[in-house]
Order: sequence, then structure tokens, then C-alpha cells
Amino acid sequence: MIKTESFYDTPSPAGLTGIRAWLLTHDHKRLGLMYMWAILFWFVIAMLCGLLLRTELMSQGKTIMGPELYNSLFTLHGVIMVFLFVIPAIPAIFGNFFLPIQLGTDDVFFPRLNLFSWYLFMFGGLLALISLFSGEGFPDTGWTFYVPFSVEVNTNVSLTVMAAFTLGMSSMLTGLNFITTFHRMRDKQMGLMQIPLFTWSLYATAWVQILATPVISITLVLVVVERLFSVGLFDPDKGGDPILYQHLFWMYSHPAVYIMILPGMGVISEIIPVFSRKSIFGYKAIVWSSMGIAVAGSLVWAHHMYTSGMSDVSVFFFSLLTFLVAIPSAVKVFSWVATMYKGSIEMTPPLLLSLIFIYLFSIGGLTGLVLGAVGPDIHVHDTHFVVSHFHFVMFGGTGFAFFAALHFWWPKMFGIMYDFKKAYIGSILTAIGFLFHYIPMFILGMQGMPRRYYDYLPKYETGNFLAGFGAYLLCIGILIMFANLFMSFRQREPASSNPWGGTTLEWTVPSPPPLHNFVDKPQVMEFPYDFSEIAAQVKRGER
Amino acid sequence: MIFLKLQHRSRGVNDEGSCMNNRIDKTGIKIGMWLFLYSEIILFGGLFVLYAVYFYKYPEFFSEGGKELNRVIGAANTIVLLVSSFTVAASITAIQRKAKKQAIAFLVFSILCGIIFLVNKYFEWGAKIHHDIYPNSETLVSGEPGLNIFFGLYYVITGLHGLHVIVGMTLLSISLILVMAGKVTESSYSMLENSGLYWHLVDLIWIFVFPLFYLVL
Amino acid sequence: MDSQENNHILSYTKLAIILGILLILTGITVAVSYRDLGFFNVPMALAIACTKVTFVLLFFMHLKYEGPIINLSFIGTISFLFIMIGFTFWDVAFR
Repeated sequence: MIKTESFYDTPSPAGLTGIRAWLLTHDHKRLGLMYMWAILFWFVIAMLCGLLLRTELMSQGKTIMGPELYNSLFTLHGVIMVFLFVIPAIPAIFGNFFLPIQLGTDDVFFPRLNLFSWYLFMFGGLLALISLFSGEGFPDTGWTFYVPFSVEVNTNVSLTVMAAFTLGMSSMLTGLNFITTFHRMRDKQMGLMQIPLFTWSLYATAWVQILATPVISITLVLVVVERLFSVGLFDPDKGGDPILYQHLFWMYSHPAVYIMILPGMGVISEIIPVFSRKSIFGYKAIVWSSMGIAVAGSLVWAHHMYTSGMSDVSVFFFSLLTFLVAIPSAVKVFSWVATMYKGSIEMTPPLLLSLIFIYLFSIGGLTGLVLGAVGPDIHVHDTHFVVSHFHFVMFGGTGFAFFAALHFWWPKMFGIMYDFKKAYIGSILTAIGFLFHYIPMFILGMQGMPRRYYDYLPKYETGNFLAGFGAYLLCIGILIMFANLFMSFRQREPASSNPWGGTTLEWTVPSPPPLHNFVDKPQVMEFPYDFSEIAAQVKRGER
Repeated sequence: MIFLKLQHRSRGVNDEGSCMNNRIDKTGIKIGMWLFLYSEIILFGGLFVLYAVYFYKYPEFFSEGGKELNRVIGAANTIVLLVSSFTVAASITAIQRKAKKQAIAFLVFSILCGIIFLVNKYFEWGAKIHHDIYPNSETLVSGEPGLNIFFGLYYVITGLHGLHVIVGMTLLSISLILVMAGKVTESSYSMLENSGLYWHLVDLIWIFVFPLFYLVL
Repeated sequence: MDSQENNHILSYTKLAIILGILLILTGITVAVSYRDLGFFNVPMALAIACTKVTFVLLFFMHLKYEGPIINLSFIGTISFLFIMIGFTFWDVAFR
């Protein structure tokens, strides 16, 4: 067996050594890993912010910090999590690494643009760091930067907002690259209905990245322009309407949550069939529902604004549309469950994390209906109910899909396997901590506790204490999960090219892959989820 | 500006499993450029949302503000950009026909048009500023809110547009240099084609800006 | 990856005709603005602008000769633009 050189040994462009082989790379796999280290760094920072916040909230009054720091901390937590973790994580890390391989090609269409996207990401992060430690300190406006406060306050709003702008550009250019790659570089034998679902989810996401991100770009530019020149476009004294800011902001930020979840759903669609040893149920339905979510998600932004003072007509209109968006998501959940039905289930850490995803995401989605309905929303708007809802979908959803992706593709990216037992312990502890942490928040919200409040009435203390306890469990669980993954570098247990029995093209290449991804010409199957060969291998005892 | 070198080799894996190269996929590069243009359209789109809403709210003041803008200079600028779009398109035809000198001439003319446009803008803005009409000026702040919004939008939209004119002129200049150096030829002119697309977008936006600000009377 | 790229060339004459049309339309829209058509001034100006934009897109920007990916995605982009403006009016027009 000739040992193929992996992409770690062969830099591209050729001839580069050391750190330059990474910082100047055109190789999509190296870029995916470079994103991974940066994103994991930001995730940990934001997680610690969250932990500090919840510690403060564990008891009434001041616990460990004052109110100004608290406000800046929840702003920081939101900005980092949204722009530096949840939006980029799956597309930038796993999309970059695996989209070209799944399409049977050797890189993305614009490799140097890809490198530039990474530098934009790093620069955006740097701007955020600078805004932390300079001037009047990090903004305390909330990650939503609502006017008039964001225009008038003297904290580093402009810097932070420019960081978000830069990160948006990075996201947009990645989307541009993926769409071009999808259309122009896939293997000649691979028709549209033979493309793996993860790649389809990235394609749908990419359209939202390209079309929705510019809206936040212009909105953030307007915040800076207003701060610098006081034009008055959102200032009622000068003829402006502050609600228009909210419209523009949510015109991006609602589709943004679909940028967050679609790739996560794509990951789940890959994992479930593999560990059910059964073809995905409703491949076409999942493809159409992905595109449907991308489109429908662009129509509902003002459901974040029911209490803002906008017209009753629009409140009704957006609420009606919001209910429609739930349908394509439900199609997916149904498909995943139907895939498992009468499948041959093999429990592994990726599967466990995917199952937890389905459970947590469903709760998140259902509570979204509560918020989409105007009546209940008037009661729970801007309370901890909302906070809990979006953490169920963004963390229970995308977060766990991210963990699942890590555990699924780890052997492929590094050629090594991790310890299953510790992975299970970490995952389960995280899930339990998650529930302890966020379920009390639903109740607190319904009881009336507002969000973004530094202090609260005595009746909310028990719920907050429980939530804080859950926060610590949650963090310990994640630590165990990450520690286990990093320990695999120590133990160096080698992984084969197809340890799981997957059928998509990344499992046909060595672990880790060579520079140009494929050793032999990619064998594109008629249908990407045909497990007959894998089932035969199981029968022969080879698996 | 490394990403601006749009020479991309269409790759893929051939029968021996090794990487194919050296076939430039012009269509792919063009698709990439159009995708970028969509983001620019939406970027300005956000500002047009504001314009639409505020025009609905302050029609009489938008009309009044429009009267204070010079229709003739606005029309002149429109014509300048339309002609420059023609010359940019013509420069591509020239390159396709291997008429290098004509391509260069058309490009130089286009860039000059851009300069004329910016000079006009400079005088327009200068005149307004001289009359105390600019963001947060005494006249606008103490005057009608509707007028403040009209001129606020005017400065923001034409300002952002002006920035794009500068970017467009930079792209055209780079294309010009590459044409002169023989790097852009009839078989490889993606850089010119896509710079042209960007320039046409700048023209497109102005085609809307002109009536919205100068002709709402 | 197609080896025969779309190398469609637009002649100088054709381009000049398009420019001519654009200049005429510009003249019309300026002339119309001197007349008071009441409510119809704005829709007229916008309609003429849309016509001009269509000519620039189809011919100068070659959209007429492009494939479905570019054509469909362009329509998608414009649709999103209409939604951005239109849906906001559900709010603004009914306050």
C-alpha cells in the first residue's frame, strides 16, 4: 500500500515552509483548519462571557460585577457568538474543508479569495479585540445596536460595528466562492440531484450570505455615519424614524439565523443516514426545503418587531408568514426521523450529538411558534423566554450540530480517532447542563423577567440560580468534550479512510486527504446515500 | 489586492487522479463577479428602502429639495456615465477584435468620464455646503425635517455612489495597465470584462439616483 | 467547464444604438420633469429609469446572452430588493 502524502506534507503553493505554508496557503483544507482554531478561540471567550453573566445573575443584586460591565459583557457575548462563532463556524470550517471534496474536485473556485476571506475574518476579530481595550470600552448596546442609543453612546460602537462589517464581508465572499464552486467545479458525473445534502445546505446558505449580508453592511455603515455626521436618518427630531433601523437590522439578522442553522441541518442530514446504515428519507424534499427555508426566511424579519410601534397590519402580516417558515424545517425533522425508522442503528458520538440536536432544535423551533404568534409574543417579548428560545435553536441546534460535525469529520481531517466513552460523557453532561440552564429561563420569561437586566425581583432568584448551576454543568461538559478531542492528538489512534461507513466522496479518500483531495478519479455514485455496499461489508464482517 | 487577480484555472481531477490545470474558466469568473454585483445592489438597496419610506412620508419636501438640486448638472452627469458605459463596452469589443489601441483609447476615455463625474460632484457638493446645506448644518437642523431627510439621503447615497465611482475607476485603470502590458488579450480578458461589469453597475445606480433626487419636482 | 466560451461580440454600431436609446430616454425623462403630471411624475420617472436600466443590463452588461444561473439569480436579487422595500411598506403605509 503506497502511503499517499497528506495535505499536511504538501503545501500549496508549493515551496512554502513553516508558518508561511499556512498563512499564505491556497489549500481549502488548511484554510478550514485555520478557521477552526480561530473560531474555537472565540467560542471559548464568548462562553466564558456567558458563564460570567450567569454567575452574576445567580443571586440578586451585585454578585461579581457592576451593571455597566454586565451590559458590555452581554453585548460582547452576543457579538462574538453571532458574528465570530455561530454564523461562520460550520461553513468556514467544514464547508471549506469538505465542500470541494464532496463535489469531487480539488479546491474552491477562487482559492486566493478564500485566503482573503480568512484574513478578513481575523481582521474583524482583531477590530473587536481592539474595541475591547481602547477608548471608552466595549459597547453596552446589546449586539443589536439599536438606535438612538448606539448613535449617542460614547463607547466603542464604531469600531465594533466595523468589526461586524468586516466579518460580514468575509461571510459574503465565502458564500460567493461556494456558489461558483458548486456550479462550475463539481465532477462531470455529478448532477444536481447527486450532490450530498451538506453541500446543498451550504449552497442554500451561500445565497443568503450573498443577498442578506449587504443589508447589515449598509445598516452598520449608517450607524457610523450617524455617529460621525449626525445626519438624522433615524432621529425623530430631524425627521427620521428609529423603527426603520430595526427593519434594516432584522432584514439581515433574521436571514442570518438561517445562515446559522442551514449548514447545521446539512451536517445532521449527513450523519443520520450513516449511522442508520440507510439512505436518507426524502432527499429531494430536504433539498427543496433547504432552498425554501432560505427564501421564506427572507420574508419574516419584522417578527422581531411586534412591540416596536410598527403598524398592526405589518404585525399581522409578518406573523402569518412566520408560521409558514416552520413548515420546511419540520419537513427535515420528519425526514431524519423517518431515515432512522427501520434502520440499523449504530451508536457513535456523532449520532448521539445529532439526536440531541433533533431534540433541542425541535424545542427551540416550537417555542419559536409561541414567539411568532403575536398574542403570546406581546407577553414574552424581551424576556428570558426569547433568550431561551434562541439558545435552543442556535446552541442546541447549530452548536450541537457543530459538535456533531467535529466528532464526525475529526478522523478525516486529522487521521486519528478519539475516545468514544469520554465523548459520550462530555456530550451527555453538556446536554443535561443545557437543559438545566435554559429551561428555567422559559419559565422566568413567562413569569415576566426581562432580558438584558442586571438585577431582578426576588421571585426570579430560584430560577436564575438553577440556570447558573446548569451553566457550570454545561461548561464542564463542553470542556470534557474538547479535552477528549485534543487528547486524540496525544493518543494518535489512527483512523482509516472510512471509519464510519459513509458513502459520500470524502470517505473514499485517505484520512487525512492528499493535497488535491483524490488519489484516483472520484467514483460518483448514482445516488449519494446508497448503503448497499456498506451493508454488504457489514455482512461480510469487514465492518 | 491579491484576490483581484481573477485568473483562475478550472481544475478538477483527471483520470490519473492528478490535478488538471491551465484551462481558465471565464464563465465561472463572470459568475463570481455577478454574485459580487448582487451584494452591491442590495447594499444600495438598503438606502433605497430608506428613500422609498421617507419619500412616502415627505413628498412635498422631497419635491422642494429636488428643486434646489441642479437638474442640468445632474443630467450632464447622467450623460457622462452613460457614455462611459458605452466606451467601456466598446473597449471589450475592441479587445475581442484584437484592436489594442482602440481598447486603450476607449478605456482612457471612460476613466476621464469618471473624473468629470467626480469633478461635477465636487462642485455640486461644494455649492450646497457653501449654502449651509450639509448633514447637521444649522439650516437643515432648524428647518423642515423632511428637507433634512432629503438632503441627508442625498449626501449618503451620492457619497456611497461616489466611493464606488472611485473603486470602478481603479478597476478600469488596472485593466488599462494590463491591456497596455499585453496581459489582457482577446483570449483572456476577464479582468476587463468584470471591471466593465462593475462600472456598469455604478452607471445603473446613478440611473436611479438621478430621477429620485433631481426630478422629483 | 466548457471549452467553447460565450465569445459573443457586440459591434460598435449596436452599442452606439443602445447608447442612443439611453440618451433619448434621458432626454425624455428630463423633459417630462418640466411638466406637471401631478401624481404621475414619479412613476413615469421610475418607469423610464427602469427601461434605461434594462438596456444597460441586457446589452452593455451582456445579460441577454448569459445562462440561466446568472439570469435566475439576477431576478432573485431584484425580487429580494422588492421585498425589502415592499414589506417595509406594510408597516409604514398603515401606521
